[in-house]
Amino acid sequence: MAYSEKVIDHYSNPKNVGTLDKSKNNVGTGLVGAPECGDVMRLQIEVNEEGVISDAKFKTFGCGSAIASSSLATEWLKGKSIDEAIAIDNMDIVEELNLPPVKIHCSVLAEDAIKAAINDYRVKNGLPALEEAKH
Amino acid sequence: MELKLPIYLDNNATTPMDPRVLETMLPYFTDNFGNAASRNHPFGWAAEEAVDYAREQVANLIGADPKEIIFTSGATEADNLGIKGIFEMYASKGNHIITCTTEHKAVLDTCKHLEKLGAQVTYLEVLPDGMIDLAALENAITDNTILIAIMYGNNEIGVVQPVKEISAIARKHNVLFFTDGTQAVGKIPVDVIADGIDLMAFTAHKMYGPKGIGALYVRRKNPRVKVTAQMDGGGHERSMRSGTLNVPGIVGFGKAAEICKNEMAAEAARLSILRDKLENALLQLEESYLNGHKENRLPHTTNISFKYVEGEGLLMGFNKNIALSSGSACTSASLEPSYVLKALGLGDDLAHSSLRFGLGRFTTEDQVDYTIKAISDTVNKLREMSPLWEMFKEGIDLNSIEWAHH
Ligand SMILES: Cc1ncc(COP(=O)(O)O)c(C=O)c1O
Ligand code: FES
Repeated sequence: MAYSEKVIDHYSNPKNVGTLDKSKNNVGTGLVGAPECGDVMRLQIEVNEEGVISDAKFKTFGCGSAIASSSLATEWLKGKSIDEAIAIDNMDIVEELNLPPVKIHCSVLAEDAIKAAINDYRVKNGLPALEEAKH
Repeated sequence: MELKLPIYLDNNATTPMDPRVLETMLPYFTDNFGNAASRNHPFGWAAEEAVDYAREQVANLIGADPKEIIFTSGATEADNLGIKGIFEMYASKGNHIITCTTEHKAVLDTCKHLEKLGAQVTYLEVLPDGMIDLAALENAITDNTILIAIMYGNNEIGVVQPVKEISAIARKHNVLFFTDGTQAVGKIPVDVIADGIDLMAFTAHKMYGPKGIGALYVRRKNPRVKVTAQMDGGGHERSMRSGTLNVPGIVGFGKAAEICKNEMAAEAARLSILRDKLENALLQLEESYLNGHKENRLPHTTNISFKYVEGEGLLMGFNKNIALSSGSACTSASLEPSYVLKALGLGDDLAHSSLRFGLGRFTTEDQVDYTIKAISDTVNKLREMSPLWEMFKEGIDLNSIEWAHH
């Protein structure tokens, strides 16, 4: 299968690979997927006092599209408020990266990871978790 | 000399044609276009003569008599003809077939098809190194068993089964022995007499010949074996496989077989050195594992899992420059990783992390060196990106985590 330019670019030069201190209260961590399925994504956000995502990091075990989806997601998250972040839809990722149908689940994983990270942050800070992600 | 990219290391999928084979075939597309069954004119005679000669070349490679070679469109068809043909021909003797879980789909799906038609099939599990358990094989034989179908060399892991021992067991119980020799023929010595093979499928495009031509070997003496045709028509190939013969393909198959016979020993020795170099270097990487038996295998094949990186993501790091295949199947065409690796007892995680290397006649040491570097670099890079690698390094047991399966 041929990959789009953008997928190749994110894969070759992934943005924001790394780890945030998950013990900190203002860091939310989302870990989704499973090794047996061939994809695991960990996405982390750090939220400042104004409620804005000041940093985002990821590590992904998966195909090139999964790596690109999570790299793109971290780029999009930085500078967004939590509410704006919640609104990121996997189809936005599909469109931006030109993912073919068989790779849609890689983008779904990224959306799930965003939601899981936000939930972790919310729960840590005494807020109720969002409803179950739609997937 | 500058290295030419991309490098082809997927020779178990198909091999490039040897230029000597192409050259031999060319006249049979143009000047010598006759139908080998045309008995009444020189065009037919020339074609028939060419087919007879090629049949001898093919038979020679496996120690058979030319009359025992039935040309087919490839190994898939030969697998079908061999297994279905025996099931039909020997229906009065029994309906039980024994095969194993690491066979090619052409064998497994043929057996599944026969189950719908009343066959009873035993799918033997293999040992963790991919080898057949001979005691389990013998135990599986019943009064109804008509056929044992166990492959010679495996396409994914290269494991070579103890064919002589298997045939001895078959003989002892008066059961026929079929083997899918696709990956072994032309690569290692295969001799139907010494190996005790009753039927064998193989194909030209895995031995530097053309695609679309293969053969079923059907033993004619001790015992005389017969298969029911699965393709009816003009009665070609001793009525076991009708259809106008693919003369250029057969000529190419013959030439390919002759070259393999002459060059096999040197080629196998050269490739096993290169394969070992590649394998040893890649096994130097932390948490990389060889899949399959280390000794009993094809000289040009290796299969390695790189734990904590996913195969498809790994391939993407170099697949513009190196052609390889992966045991991962996270591409929803099939969500299951390689069933062969899983049959060895590998977890899905290791199966997803595997690469299959098939070296070939045109593989050079420079290509191997390039591949070692490219793969090592990509594995290291992806591990820096892998949450699983980080957890492993922190000593976290991945099994202790509750994964969200989807
Ligand atoms: C073990 C084995 N059997 C059968 C086949 C099918 O061969 P063919 O492509 O000639 O039908 C292959 C090749 O894919 C193979 O590796
Ligand atoms: S993570 Fe499964 S194909 Fe991308």
